[in-house]
Amino acid sequence: MKTSTCFHCGDSCDNSAIVFDEKQFCCNGCKTVYEIFSTNGLDCYYDLEAAAGKTPIEIANKFDFLANQEIAKKLLEFDEEGFQVVQFHIPNMHCSSCIWVLENLHKLNSAVKQSQVDFPKKQARFTYNSEALTLKDLAILLARIGYEPTISLEDYSAAKKKVDRSLLYKLGVAGFSFGNVMLLSFPEYFEVQEYWLDQYKPFFRWLMFAFSLPVVFYAAQDYFISAIKGLRSKLLNIDVPIALGVLTLFLRSTADIVFDYGSGFFDSLTGLVFFLLVGRFFQQKTYAYLSFERDYKSYFPIAVTRITKSKTEETIEIYDIKAGDRILIRNQEILPVDAILIDGKAQIDYSFVTGESESIQKKSGDKLFAGGKQLGGVLEVEALKSVSQSYLTQLWENAAFTKNKSSEFQTLTDAIGKRFTIAVLTIAILSSAFWLWYDPSKALNVFTAVLIIACPCAIALAAPFTLGNMIRIFGRLGFYLKDTNTLERLAKIDTLVFDKTGTLTSNSGNTIIYEGMELTDDEASLLKNTLRASNHPLSRELYSILEDQKISTLDDFKEQTGKGIIGEKSGHTVKIGSASYVGNADKNKSETAVHIVADANYKGKFVFKSKYREGISGLLRKLRKGYELVILSGDNDGEKKRLKALFPFEMPMFFNQKPEDKLKFIQNMQSHSNVLMIGDGLNDAGALAQSNVGVSVSEDINVFSPACDAILDAKKITLLADFLALSKKSIQIIKASFIFSLCYNLIGLFFAVTGQLKPVIAAILMPLSSISIVVFTTIAVNYYGQKINSQKNEKSKI
Amino acid sequence: MSVIYVLLTISVCVAVVFFTAFVFSVKKGQYDDSYTPSVRMLFEDELIEQTTTSNNQNKSETE
Repeated sequence: MKTSTCFHCGDSCDNSAIVFDEKQFCCNGCKTVYEIFSTNGLDCYYDLEAAAGKTPIEIANKFDFLANQEIAKKLLEFDEEGFQVVQFHIPNMHCSSCIWVLENLHKLNSAVKQSQVDFPKKQARFTYNSEALTLKDLAILLARIGYEPTISLEDYSAAKKKVDRSLLYKLGVAGFSFGNVMLLSFPEYFEVQEYWLDQYKPFFRWLMFAFSLPVVFYAAQDYFISAIKGLRSKLLNIDVPIALGVLTLFLRSTADIVFDYGSGFFDSLTGLVFFLLVGRFFQQKTYAYLSFERDYKSYFPIAVTRITKSKTEETIEIYDIKAGDRILIRNQEILPVDAILIDGKAQIDYSFVTGESESIQKKSGDKLFAGGKQLGGVLEVEALKSVSQSYLTQLWENAAFTKNKSSEFQTLTDAIGKRFTIAVLTIAILSSAFWLWYDPSKALNVFTAVLIIACPCAIALAAPFTLGNMIRIFGRLGFYLKDTNTLERLAKIDTLVFDKTGTLTSNSGNTIIYEGMELTDDEASLLKNTLRASNHPLSRELYSILEDQKISTLDDFKEQTGKGIIGEKSGHTVKIGSASYVGNADKNKSETAVHIVADANYKGKFVFKSKYREGISGLLRKLRKGYELVILSGDNDGEKKRLKALFPFEMPMFFNQKPEDKLKFIQNMQSHSNVLMIGDGLNDAGALAQSNVGVSVSEDINVFSPACDAILDAKKITLLADFLALSKKSIQIIKASFIFSLCYNLIGLFFAVTGQLKPVIAAILMPLSSISIVVFTTIAVNYYGQKINSQKNEKSKI
Repeated sequence: MSVIYVLLTISVCVAVVFFTAFVFSVKKGQYDDSYTPSVRMLFEDELIEQTTTSNNQNKSETE
């Protein structure tokens, strides 16, 4: 059979391709989107990028809560005179076709007046006529074409965040002043004795003074604030010598022009601040579309359907849920509170909450925990607690979630800053003491000159540029770090803790192995046809891997929820289900298996084993050489043997770990080591927050990942060892550039101590050292980055 | 008045004009999203006609 790919989304169509308009589609959803696009003249979507689409998901009543005026009001940015403006987060957008179709939404619905996409943030803002289109309809329209907006509690509770652009302003001010001051100080560089220049000297100088004012008092204010903060907590961070340098530069230059000693160092001053800010800007690489701060709130829906006493349905915010409320949970919806199941077939997927790999069936009267996802039909549950008191959400009360890892960590730059400041002050005092004795008129001159020339501009730039560059390289390879501080912490890691489900194993699909007697053709056909009728996830999975059989109608089919199924055809029966259901006393309770009995004879079982990520064994083998490795799983120990076989070396493994257990475990380890935690679900959230570096592995980086310091694309997990090695390399590069910049400082100090520091020397030395450091770090980082890139390519060739 | 004052005034004024232009563009959010406009400018305004295929296929991939 020829496999074809879907014209809309590019997935393979298997044998069930739907042919429409001479094109093949994998499902009805994709076909519908195509139909919508083609009838509205939006065919161009497919020309921009082939197979650009995403399969739309079932929406049913998902957006009902948007009809609630209270909720809608909080989401809307503007609502007046029949117009509404709303901004949606649309994680599905991924290419230029997406931008195009979203910005041409008015062709699909004329009520949409304007739509604008912010691609890096994966957001779109829609302006529409609220009389012709409601917020709910807009969300449904987007979901129908495969761009489902995610509306989570997060957007809802947080007040609209103001974008912080102050760094850009400061950079603008510093750049503006730097340019103008350079221009104005040019005549003095050449020391020409020319009548006109001498005539206007004071004017030029005071103009430079005026330009430097906003630089000192506005653009450089962060350095002063940070230095004062550092001094208050008795820390000599790198900002102390910087602030000291800026202040000395300004005072000395002002004194110079007031008493007509010289032209002052305004050029160096503005240049210094400008370069420092450029470094800071460069360091500020953020992945606007990724969120590293998410907690359960972004996972939960905004609202649920409550059944009132009079048996009517109403939509309420989840914060309004009280114990005792009856709530409706639909297919694929997340249960927001701990509850008791009243009615309906519950098939709850807890993998995200507990790390258990298989979904669990529950019957009426069972307790359900918040965070579970219903797979299947509609449930009616009764809430036991309110949202914030639920089992899962209480995890966030732990202190691990409030501490700030960055501020507790002393960066390399700050560590150097302390020694540097002491050294500079010592040199300044000693040399001015010497000059006091030798030639007192020059003492103050020398003292200020030392502070000026020793201003650690190059040192302060080394880390931002090295780490900033490295973060960009990591990002290109699929490893997204929250900030540069994380990279420095990464270099210090000596212990790696892995979660199992979703981290070592892949979320998509199991390996299914058959153990037992061979099935006859008739039995195989009956088995497949019986499975076809069942909706249980294991049945669906098994069905999809079994060989194709002729579809035939069963004479009889029975399904016993939570146990198994029976199918009957022309006198033969097949019983499929759990060990107890088929009457087999299987000892191995911890494995997931489906047992088969044909006509009262036990045939065998299909064992479901989670699929380990490709190359994971090789990765751990490689990491073992430099790091201590631990596996921490929330699942049962059914996989222990396989893990042992996969990783044939000494490695501690712990099973049945609850979220708090994981957190405590990490805490204990931290007493003697720096721990990196790699996990994927909400159950790892505590451990991720507690660890020195928490890395969350995600199959789709846009969708959801718990709060963490870094997000790793699941496909790139095998590169982890390289990332760790690169982080260590970056620290080496920073150290090398420290030595480099110290050499510049020594040269400058020579001029300063001997009392011959001219503004022009400072004006040359300062930018020269800064620029050479930037060039050095950029080249070094890209050299190592290139290496890992070529390694990766070689691997893929093999 | 000496010509140097005139020239300096002009040069500073020009610089200030550009500086304010920069501040305004930041304030209006022009630097918030530096990617989407680069894609948007490549789209044609009238896409309802079915004949635009050849133009658009040359477009490089964006990711």
